[in-house]
Parts: sequence; structure tokens; C-alpha cells
Amino acid sequence: MAETHSLQDLRQQAAIASKVFVQRDYTSGTICKFQTKFPSELETRIDKQQFEETIQTLNNLYAEAEKLGGKSYLEGCLACLTAYTIFLCMETHYEKVLKKIAKYIQEQNEKVYAPLGLLLTDPIERGLRVVEISIYEDRSIGSR
Amino acid sequence: MKNCEYQQIDPQALPTPTPTPTPPSRPCPEKTKKQQRKWEVFPGKNRFYCDGRIIVARQSGVLPLTLGLILVTSGLFFIFDCPFLVKHLTCGIPVIGGVLFVFVVISLLQTSFTDPGILPRATPEEAADIEKQIDNPASSSSSSYRPPPRTKEIVINQQVVKLKYCFTCKIFRPPRTSHCSLCDNCVERFDHHCPWVGNCVGKRNYRFFYCFIVSLSFLTAFIFGCVTTHLALRSQDGNGLVYALQESPASALELVVCFFSVWSILGLSGFHTYLVASNLTTNEDIKGSWSGKSGSEDTGNPYSYNSMLTNCCAVLCGPMPPSLIDRRGYVPEDALPSATVEIQLPAAKTEVNVTVQTSKVLLEPASRSPLPSASSSSSSPSSRPQEKKPPGSLKAKSSLKAKSPPKPPAPAGKDSPRPRTSSAPAPLAAPEDVSAAMGPPDPARSRQGSTGAGGGGGGGGNGGGSNGGIVNTSSPADKRRHHHRSAKRTHSGHSHSHNHNHNHNHNHNHSHAHKPANGAAPALGAPQQATLAPASSSATSTPTGRKRSSSSSNGTGGGSHRREHREAKLISQH
Repeated sequence: MAETHSLQDLRQQAAIASKVFVQRDYTSGTICKFQTKFPSELETRIDKQQFEETIQTLNNLYAEAEKLGGKSYLEGCLACLTAYTIFLCMETHYEKVLKKIAKYIQEQNEKVYAPLGLLLTDPIERGLRVVEISIYEDRSIGSR
Repeated sequence: MKNCEYQQIDPQALPTPTPTPTPPSRPCPEKTKKQQRKWEVFPGKNRFYCDGRIIVARQSGVLPLTLGLILVTSGLFFIFDCPFLVKHLTCGIPVIGGVLFVFVVISLLQTSFTDPGILPRATPEEAADIEKQIDNPASSSSSSYRPPPRTKEIVINQQVVKLKYCFTCKIFRPPRTSHCSLCDNCVERFDHHCPWVGNCVGKRNYRFFYCFIVSLSFLTAFIFGCVTTHLALRSQDGNGLVYALQESPASALELVVCFFSVWSILGLSGFHTYLVASNLTTNEDIKGSWSGKSGSEDTGNPYSYNSMLTNCCAVLCGPMPPSLIDRRGYVPEDALPSATVEIQLPAAKTEVNVTVQTSKVLLEPASRSPLPSASSSSSSPSSRPQEKKPPGSLKAKSSLKAKSPPKPPAPAGKDSPRPRTSSAPAPLAAPEDVSAAMGPPDPARSRQGSTGAGGGGGGGGNGGGSNGGIVNTSSPADKRRHHHRSAKRTHSGHSHSHNHNHNHNHNHNHSHAHKPANGAAPALGAPQQATLAPASSSATSTPTGRKRSSSSSNGTGGGSHRREHREAKLISQH
């Protein structure tokens, strides 16, 4: 790998060569889960293991957001009792996890993907349908 | 909602205080160049109020009637019956009535004004990718374009489930998702489109809807009981029932309204309790997706947890999913190749109603390219000329753009819902509001994908057309079939009608109107149940399959189907 890019470089100067979309995996039902199948376009760019690890972590985070457990039931019951008005005041558990996910994606982009000329897009920006990976043109950036 | 009004935009009539193009040298754009929020370019047939905080379906249906009936009946109850009952019985009666009334109104408003779980449409790149993936295995090398196969099969919990391709939204619909033609959106866990509530009922607002009908049944039963007691007590004191009625005529009205409502609402509540306990949607129940009508033992609901309690908890008390459409986010600055008409929206009109038939908004030209996040965070978005914009929609898509602009304090993202206390109607689920346009402060919420503008594609804007409130009276066959299927249905007063057309576009549109027949219902006469007008008949093939409704569907309705057909034609010309 000749060039390493920083995130700033990518955004300012690089052009997007193509995009890869990782679709949802519905085999476990309607929960939010993405396919861990390694797209062929990324073969030259990134390690398969790394990619799968990223997707798996994302899946785990979404599973945590949608987990049915004591905490979510409590939140739901409390909301019901207050005629759901507490949603005005409180951030739901799901939202908290979404923030965590955004942070994780940002981190991954900085550490792993941007140096390889890739960029992950937070799935929430795509309606939780796909994980969009933008592949940047491989060109030398110069000193930075 | 007193403060919020909406206005239909007539592009020709728009006053443009400033000349149309913004010179790139202008550091501080005029207010008319203010970035648009995503709700303004939303391709579905929804209406937005309060700058995107409130979302309703295009036609409010009979929501005003529902609200009016509830308010009037409860008002009469508190004014005329409560004093007597407080004197003769207990003062707990208005208290209980008040609590129930508050619950009913709040949950009604929440059901009506909450995003039911709308799926944003695919971006052009996504749509192209899907079509490419489908074409590849088919290895079509010829120039003739074959439209993507319309279904995909997956296995969930040892059940084969077909995912259908939605031509309007250009996605393969997730399981349990259905496209509502009245709202022209794909809605997750689509239950039905309820005209009484004026909105679709889907994943995000089902619990509000359930709360509404349950509390409404309690309220009507309570009022009915109290009014009966009131009249009974009066007629004992006085000279009989007629005299009692003369003394308190309002009670008669309440009695009539409640008598007719209580049966249907109770029936509806019972039906939905059954659905909740089996983790079904009205849509699935009506279609008989999992009822094993083929006789085989293999079909069962793959989404059920096989325990009534778990199902109830999951449906009603599960985590509240966020709104995926990010109504209040700002439209990113990308100039998409498919962009078309530019409309100057005066910034003063913040509660503008943009119905997509009339406008397709172009994103600002790339020359004026402030970062969407930067511009959204302050009132005066200044372009940053030193920042060269990549041709792609990178900025829009990356949640990392939060890094480059200076980061305003994090909670800013939550500020927007707070001040909004006044305009009454309640609450929208905070999740949507958290996704306010304050991009940078809240990286999780800085969703500025170009779904709004680009994703609508050809589909969203053009076809327009009336979606037709089709008026159907349910045929007796519907009622019988429905009663047969539902274990808990109690009353014939409770009627369902739905119109299900299955055309070769495989686009399932379901509208399921619940008709809680109340006293005014007979007055309503024919328009008892507005169902959808799929109008697949107009576009493609005659509707096959189960079209059970007795009245014919309006051929002119259903812009969405016409649109799909047009798209298919366009595509085939490539």
C-alpha cells in the first residue's frame, strides 16, 4: 500500500471511485443486522478479517440497542404510564447506542479505513438499510 | 398546533426577494438561501408542521372528527354529568374521567403526529447497486434492460419469506414492511393506514395506537356507565326517565355516542390485543400470511416469540426505534446529477408544506459549498472557500464531518425539542427531535445523506395524482371472513375492509381502515372506510388475486402505481 491517507485528505482532495453497499441480513428476523459477506470490490483494499470484525461489532451494537431485557421493558412501561411523554425528556436507550455506534464508526474510519482510502457511512444516514463504503481513488496526496 | 400553519407552495407565485443565483462571492447568504431541511424535500405524501417536528399523512382523514367527538363527548360529560355524580356518588369520578381523557388525547395525538416507521427511499447509488446485483447473476449482456426481479426469498426462523422490491422506493422491502399508497412511503412493520387517526400505524407508533384504543374503550365505557348511572339516579328521584332526560339532555347525546362507540372500540381493542399477543400485524392477519391457509403445518409466524407475554412486551414495551427519515436534518449541499427544479423557499415560511408533486428541490450549487454541518450549526452559514468539495457526496455521508468544523457543545442537538413546549399537541417522540439539524454537535444524528433529494428519484415527485380515498363498504364476505379468522373479535359492529391488489409489479398496498362506529357514523354514511386506491389497474395489469371489496377501485387513483409503470417504461428504454 503506497499511500496512506488521512481523513482530511480524503474529504478534501480525493474523488470517490465507487461505493460498496453491505446489505441487511434478515435471516434472524427484523432486527438490524448486516451481512458479513466480504464484498469483492474490497479485496484489494482491506483485510477480510478486519472488515468482518467491523461489521460484527456493528451488529453487536445494534443488537444491544434492540435487546429486549429488563431495562428496555422498564423504559417501555414507564413510558406507557406517562402516556409516552417521557420521550420528550429522556433519551431512549436506542439513541444512546446509536451515539455509541456513530463514535465507533468515526473511530474505525480514522484508524483503519481512511488510511486505506475507504470511508464508512453510518447506516442510520441510509435508513439502516445498508452500510455504505466509499472507495476513494488511489492517488498520491503529497506530504501532509 | 395553533402556531403552525402550512401553505401550499405555488412555485410561480413565490416572491423572491433576492435574485435567483447566489454569487459565490457572497459570504453570507440571504435568508432565502437558508439550507433546507429534509422534510421540505421529503418525497412521500406527508405533510409537516412546526418545521418538521410533526408529521401527518397527506389526508387528515377523519382525525378532526375523531378529536371532535372525543372532546365534545368528554366535555359534555364533565360539564353536565359530573356535578350530579360528584354530589351523589364520589368525587373520584371526574378524576378518573380526567385521567382517561388525558391519556386518550395524548395517545391520539402521538399516533397521528409520529413517524410510523417510514423507510427513506434509496439513494441513486444504492438503487443502481441493487439493480446491478440482480442483473449480474442473470448475466444479461444484451442492451435490453430487464427490470430487477421483484422478489427475493430469505429464510427466517425456518420460514421462507419473500421480500418484494418496491419500485417507488427502489429498495427490497424488509420483512413486514409494506408500502402505503396513501402516504406513498414504505412503512416498517406496517399495520394499517388508519383514517381515524390520519396516519399510518407502523412500528414506531403502534404502541401509541394501542394505548389510544385501549384508553378510548375505557373512556367510552366509563362515560357510558356514568351517564347511565346518572340517568338512573335522576329518574329515581324524579318522575321517570323522560323527565331525567329532559333535565339533562346532554346525557342523551353522550349515551348515543358512547353506545355506538363502545362496541366497536372494544372490539377493536380486543382484536389488537390478539394481534399483540401473537405478534402479528393487521396486514398479515388479513392476508393470512401465517395462518397456514394452505393447510400445511409449516407456516407459522416466524416473528413470534411463542409466548404471549414476551410478544406483548416486545411489541408494546420494546425499545423505541428512532425515526429513520431525519426530518429536521439539513439537506446536504451536493449537486446531484438528477437534480431538477430549484425553488426558493423564503426562509420566513418555516412551516411550509412541500408536497412533492409540486416541487423537486435542487440542492445548492456546488460552488457555494459550505459544509452542511457547519452551515447547520449556525444561523449564518458561511461558505468555506478553502475547502474544496469532493465531487461525491462524501460530506453529506460521513458522520465524521463533525470533526472538521468547530464542535459546538454536544447537547445542542437536544436543544431544539426543548423550547418547543407551546404548540400544544403533544409530543413527538423525542428521537426525531434529537436528530435536529445541529450536525456537528451530535455526530450520531448528523445524518445528511442525500436520500431526501436524490433518493426520491423519478418516483417521488412526478406521478402525483390523487391517491384516492376510496370509499368502500365492507362486503358481508369481509366481515364473515374476518370474524372467522379472529379469535377475539367480539362484534359485528366492528368491520374491516381492505382492498388488496396484487399486480405484476408485486407492489402490495394495503390500507386497512378501522371503523369504530360511533354515533356519528351513520351520519357519515357512505364514507365509512377510506381505503387505498392502489390503481394498479390503471397502470399495468388488471388486479388479480384477492379483491374482495364490493365497490370498484377508482382507476384514477394511485399516482404511485402510475409512476412505477412510467419508471419501468423509462428503464426499459435504456
